[in-house]
Amino acid sequence: MSGVMKRMGMIFRAKANKALDRAEDPRETLDYSYQKQLELLQKVRRGVADVATSRKRLELQLNQLQQQSSKLEDQGRKALALGREDLAREALSRRAALQQQVTDLETQHATLQGEEEKLTLAAQRLQAKVDAFRTKKETIKATYTAAQAQTRIGEAFTGISEEMGDVGLAIQRAEDKTAQLQARAGAIDELLASGALDDPTGMAKDDIQAELDRLSGGTDVELELQRMKAELAGGSSSGQQAIEGGTGQSQTPSQSQQPQDTPRFDKQ
Amino acid sequence: MIVRIMGEGQVRLADSHLTELNKLDDELLAEMENGDGPGFRRTLQALLTEVRELGDPLPDDSLEPSDLILPSPDATLEEVRELLSDDGLIPG
Repeated sequence: MSGVMKRMGMIFRAKANKALDRAEDPRETLDYSYQKQLELLQKVRRGVADVATSRKRLELQLNQLQQQSSKLEDQGRKALALGREDLAREALSRRAALQQQVTDLETQHATLQGEEEKLTLAAQRLQAKVDAFRTKKETIKATYTAAQAQTRIGEAFTGISEEMGDVGLAIQRAEDKTAQLQARAGAIDELLASGALDDPTGMAKDDIQAELDRLSGGTDVELELQRMKAELAGGSSSGQQAIEGGTGQSQTPSQSQQPQDTPRFDKQ
Repeated sequence: MIVRIMGEGQVRLADSHLTELNKLDDELLAEMENGDGPGFRRTLQALLTEVRELGDPLPDDSLEPSDLILPSPDATLEEVRELLSDDGLIPG
């Protein structure tokens, strides 16, 4: 799978692992380095072994030469005892040649022995170093593993918090939605109040209807007033009395003291 | 397999459904890369619907790592592209 789903998942995981250096595991590097040191130590040891083998070979050759030398010496002694001085001379001259070879070989042997000792010492030192490195490596690895475990715990928390981020986001959205709805409800109330929106419940009136109502209400009052005036103008005095009588019941004493010939409702 | 729809929650999906979801997912990726906004929206909705229908939602209190993650239903092509950029979800 290489689509969006997978890629997003990978990014999440990569981010969760960001505390770790994914490019290189130090434990692997340490092990590799230790392996290289072991290989080097092996080479030195092989070198020591090679030198030792050469030394042994030289020793064998020296032994053989010395045996031949001894043999030639014996042969020379026997030849001299038999009165064969010429043979004795020959044996001794060969022996002298062998002795020269022995001396050369002994020099080589000494050199090889010196080299061998040096190499053995170097191998021992290297061995000690490699051993020390191994101990250090194991300590570092243990520390790293512990640190990694700690990091993993941290990662687990990071991962959880990332996962929880979505839940938090959902809550945030719910809250936003609620706030939005509340704001919308408030705005609708204001719009209804101003008359910009019709109220299907008929609880609120728009401004035009309010003005029309006011005007029609006013007209009614005016019409009523006109009607009453007309009644008064064309009506009998009883009507006037009825009015006066009607009002007389609730009149104040000062009002009742007003002269009767002064009509309260004058002619227009 | 656990799939998270961002901002919505997690669902558990049988692996056998992956093949059919893969088609939509690849289509979604192609549309994102081609900058086909309407197509992206259409495919994302189709993919989300499919995941919701095929999967069983996990309870909110369960915390399981998601194997696959899908953008939220209202995510735009640009937002998803940004999520998938080198910086990833969290810059740095």
